[in-house]
Amino acid sequence: MTQTLDREPAADVRHRLDLLREMVRIRLFEERCVELYSAAKIRGFLHVAIGEEAVAVGVNAVLDEGDAVVSTYREHGHAIARGMSMDSVMAEMYGKATGCSRGRGGSMHLFDVGRRFYGGNAIVAGGLPLAIGLALADKMRMRPTVTVCFFGDGAFAEGEFHECVNLAALWRLPVLFACENNLYAMGTAIARAQAETDLALRAASYGIAAWPVDGMDVVAVEEAADRAVDRIRAGGGPCFLELRTYRFRAHSMYDPERYRDKAEVARWRERDPIDLLTHQLTAEGGLSAEARDAMAAEVTAEVDRAVAAAEAAPLEPAEDLERFVYTETEA
Amino acid sequence: MAKITLAKGLNAGLRAAMEKDPKVVIMGEDVGKLGGVFRITDGLQKDFGEDRVIDTPLAESGILGTAVGLAMRGYRPVCEIQFDGFVYPAYDQIVSQVAKIHFRSQGKVKMPMVIRIPFGGGIGAVEHHSESPEAQFAHTPGLKVVACSNPVDGYWMIQQAIACDDPVVFLEPKRQYHADKAELDESATPDPLFASRVVREGSDLTLLAYGPMVKTCMQSAEAAAGEGKSIEVIDLRTLSPLDMDPVFASVRKTGRAVVAHEAHVNLGMGSEIAARIAEECFFSLEAPVLRVGGFDTPYPPSRIEEEFLPDLDRVLDAVDRSLAF
Repeated sequence: MTQTLDREPAADVRHRLDLLREMVRIRLFEERCVELYSAAKIRGFLHVAIGEEAVAVGVNAVLDEGDAVVSTYREHGHAIARGMSMDSVMAEMYGKATGCSRGRGGSMHLFDVGRRFYGGNAIVAGGLPLAIGLALADKMRMRPTVTVCFFGDGAFAEGEFHECVNLAALWRLPVLFACENNLYAMGTAIARAQAETDLALRAASYGIAAWPVDGMDVVAVEEAADRAVDRIRAGGGPCFLELRTYRFRAHSMYDPERYRDKAEVARWRERDPIDLLTHQLTAEGGLSAEARDAMAAEVTAEVDRAVAAAEAAPLEPAEDLERFVYTETEA
Repeated sequence: MAKITLAKGLNAGLRAAMEKDPKVVIMGEDVGKLGGVFRITDGLQKDFGEDRVIDTPLAESGILGTAVGLAMRGYRPVCEIQFDGFVYPAYDQIVSQVAKIHFRSQGKVKMPMVIRIPFGGGIGAVEHHSESPEAQFAHTPGLKVVACSNPVDGYWMIQQAIACDDPVVFLEPKRQYHADKAELDESATPDPLFASRVVREGSDLTLLAYGPMVKTCMQSAEAAAGEGKSIEVIDLRTLSPLDMDPVFASVRKTGRAVVAHEAHVNLGMGSEIAARIAEECFFSLEAPVLRVGGFDTPYPPSRIEEEFLPDLDRVLDAVDRSLAF
């Protein structure tokens, strides 16, 4: 986990190496998930965020342990950047009892109360109201805690988004709305779904601080998140970041991608957040080819261990299925 | 002992729950300053403050989802849905989040939340203001659903629902809010929340009801007694889980059962109850289990509401058909 900016300047090489490592961890984890899905080791649905790593890493880098995160169904990166172990996430992908949701949640419903990661959510905008409640609870208890809510540009079309931004603004709740604008709600380009595509402008209409950020530049994301979180912690009310990013791969494993040109994807790949930071650090002399290879090898070994542990882990017994529908003590 | 209405019973019950547990918070549209459309939360904001009785914008989904977040942090939110038909904008949160988070978190996160819904007709309101959506919630695993029928139950059941660690959809018969008074003994020991109750003993037929139809069925049983028919009436009280043992015992004794509710008959609670009686009491039955309910139409305008709502005549007609079978 990377540290907050007040201890280390953003420009510090070591700190940026940490950010790079986190992004590489997410990238290699997800690339392995794609392979495992093709091999039918991972079942159900799988939505990877390859290309969007800078958002997960940059935002999580400025959070404290006590802060809360509410996420979406494309949340592997958010979970890993939040500090959940690859073992617990990979086991969850496998549906194993050692997974972070004991195998019940799968790819879309990673959950870790201990790390205040209140879940992926398969309902677009479905997690937003939960974030409002978490933040309201923190405000009532006068805790200096921030709740970050990740969601995509597609959530802007949902009524719940507008209910929630209004509630957060009205009650001046400590919420960071982290909008991952990857330009597509599944197969629908933003201009085909939103009458006004300037999302930060629309969020600002609720009377909250809102601004766009280059979501492919992890340092820019971190700086913006740090500014926003400082403001929120100081009692300034909610903030909204429009993190402009792009997913390099299909929406899910069943998406033929008829809605976008290969040339568009290629153009965005030129701004790959991992490549950008790697080139920058290399040019500055902060990252040698050997160090880069060593980082990749270490992360690959971490993924290997997570896969081996998931393979060996037990499934939840089918007879336990009826457990936890209700609490097991009567009122 | 004071005589109170259902509205007063619920108000007193909410007050008692808030006094007992500082984690209990009330939220909803106009619940604070106004005291609620039906005045169920009257005076509570004044006494407990704006942080514990929270006036919200018109945002049912936002309210319910906010309550989920509060419950995750250890609060016990009590959400008021202003009218039954207004619950549908929150349906997504209730079914997709409230009902599933305990399961999804492997029991690590509890959802001690109460969703109060004034339900049913009889006040001259129209569609969206007179509906009976109970079966839609009883059909959802992870939710519990109860319905009170009288002032004393209102007082105790709301406190028990708030104390319950599972999410409870709490149905209040709005036409009963100010209708009848009953004596409340605050030192009494209440029946458990998830238990049905025999409210009138009889030997010829079992009438099953909940919420507003309990009164109608009691009146029907009284009228039938005048014709020499002995009707047992059970107030089901809990719809999910159903407490069927007292029902089975009664039907084994009487051999006949009629289920009455305001909700549409098609796939209503009566369908499930009839099926369970058929499965468990088949050899005791002298007649098919009959269902009495609202017609399968949207709720009608007030001038024909009386035609729509099952009344004493429709209940007695079913009683007669069962006894004549």
